[in-house]
Amino acid sequence: MSKGKLALYWAASCGGCEIAVLGIDEHILDVAKAFDIVFWPCATDGKVRDVEKMPDGSIDLCLFNGGIRTSEQEYMAQLMRRKSKVLVAFGSCAHEGCIPGLANLYNRKAIFDTVYKEGSTTFPENPQDHRPQPITDVPEGKLSLPLFYDTLKTLDQTVEVDYYLPGCPPEAKNIWAALVAVLEGKLPPKGSVIGLHTTVCDECPRKRSEKKIKKFYRTWEIIPDEENCLLEQGLVCCGIATRAGCGALCPQVNSPCIGCHGPNDGVEDYGARLMSALASVIDSQDPEEIQRIIAEGIPDPVGTFYRFSLAASYLRRSKAFGGDGAAAAQPTPLAAKA
Amino acid sequence: MENFEPKIVGFLCNWCSYRAADLAGSARIKYPPNVRVIRVMCSGRVDPAFVLKAFSMGADGVMVAGCHPGECHYIEQNYKAMRRFYMLKQTLVAMGLEPQRFELVWASAAEGQQLAEAIERMTDNVRRLGPLRWAENWADDPQREEALQHIVKEHEEALEVIS
Repeated sequence: MSKGKLALYWAASCGGCEIAVLGIDEHILDVAKAFDIVFWPCATDGKVRDVEKMPDGSIDLCLFNGGIRTSEQEYMAQLMRRKSKVLVAFGSCAHEGCIPGLANLYNRKAIFDTVYKEGSTTFPENPQDHRPQPITDVPEGKLSLPLFYDTLKTLDQTVEVDYYLPGCPPEAKNIWAALVAVLEGKLPPKGSVIGLHTTVCDECPRKRSEKKIKKFYRTWEIIPDEENCLLEQGLVCCGIATRAGCGALCPQVNSPCIGCHGPNDGVEDYGARLMSALASVIDSQDPEEIQRIIAEGIPDPVGTFYRFSLAASYLRRSKAFGGDGAAAAQPTPLAAKA
Repeated sequence: MENFEPKIVGFLCNWCSYRAADLAGSARIKYPPNVRVIRVMCSGRVDPAFVLKAFSMGADGVMVAGCHPGECHYIEQNYKAMRRFYMLKQTLVAMGLEPQRFELVWASAAEGQQLAEAIERMTDNVRRLGPLRWAENWADDPQREEALQHIVKEHEEALEVIS
């Protein structure tokens, strides 16, 4: 039997997904037995032009991590889509935008201002206010840099995606289970998330009783007891809205779920589901008190409800910083609220 | 924006606010036709996702209307609607949405006049704000096509040099 062909690629993400692949430990040898790794810039020597020369559809499986932030990443997403039979959005960034997607609260100009002008490590070394340019003319010809987009896109907002593997990063056991599913040809219907179809609460061993919250605490404000539901203790635990599969890792070490596995089946907007669930446990019928509980306990609502999924949400990004930065003079979303 | 007529999606509860709208109709009370009414069984049925989807699909404003607090047909679901409303509103404002575009209104089955006034007030406010066009926030970069083609061209040239 001939070996399958496997590719991995890394776009706008932190690189943790690449490391997570190695978390499958000695199974990596089984992967090498079953697949020829034809392209994996992080771990093996391969060039984009090698991929460009391959016939279309010749890669059996491509695990693509990272969102799409630049034209170069979009080009690579299109290339890997064309060359791969099965394209998997691997990890939260490709799936939902993840932390890099939170930059959708700003735009290119605001991000470049932070990096090239206001950042404590850049100023004053950039007195002429140089910014990256997509094309620069030099005597030898044109030099180019990828175009940096205003809005980070998820992989499936860019190209067609066959499967999703959630998590920031995906857990080793889930990666291995997905690889086995591919090898055995036991994949779920196209377009689905490879993983469990329940929520983190179902995997969480904590005791649950009635949820009534008078105050949301931030994680540094209290040390929760180790037996009872973290949400009932007032911590914003996202397990109620988050897909299972991690084994409730965070709640088991006394830390609330932050929602990296994204929404469960049938939910299109993760934050909406989380807001809906959280709001209903607030124990108050007084409008003023409700507003105070929310404002004091959740000072950064977008970063709380959409920590991993802003780019994949219905609204995708903020309004004040949309477009080409014309409105960027407005206060930042956080400052606007204060 | 002189001729701008806002599109407002109104989620009205079956037992109070929708009947208020009915009453307004049978009493010939006029209100602006800008509200597209969707009847829901209870304001507590309004998932934040409905509101977000409405905005993402082109609504200029969203109104949620239900029975007065304490008068819910389903005992206390309108309190849940209220909590969701404030939580969602805080999120929307943090994303740059003007607060006047998202409103919660209480209108009992007898308050056709009040509902009509609330709709009129909101329509005026949103008309003054202008169109929202949320989806344009993530429009493709005007240079995107060119940048992508440039990469293709560069790579083609690189291939020629090697082979």
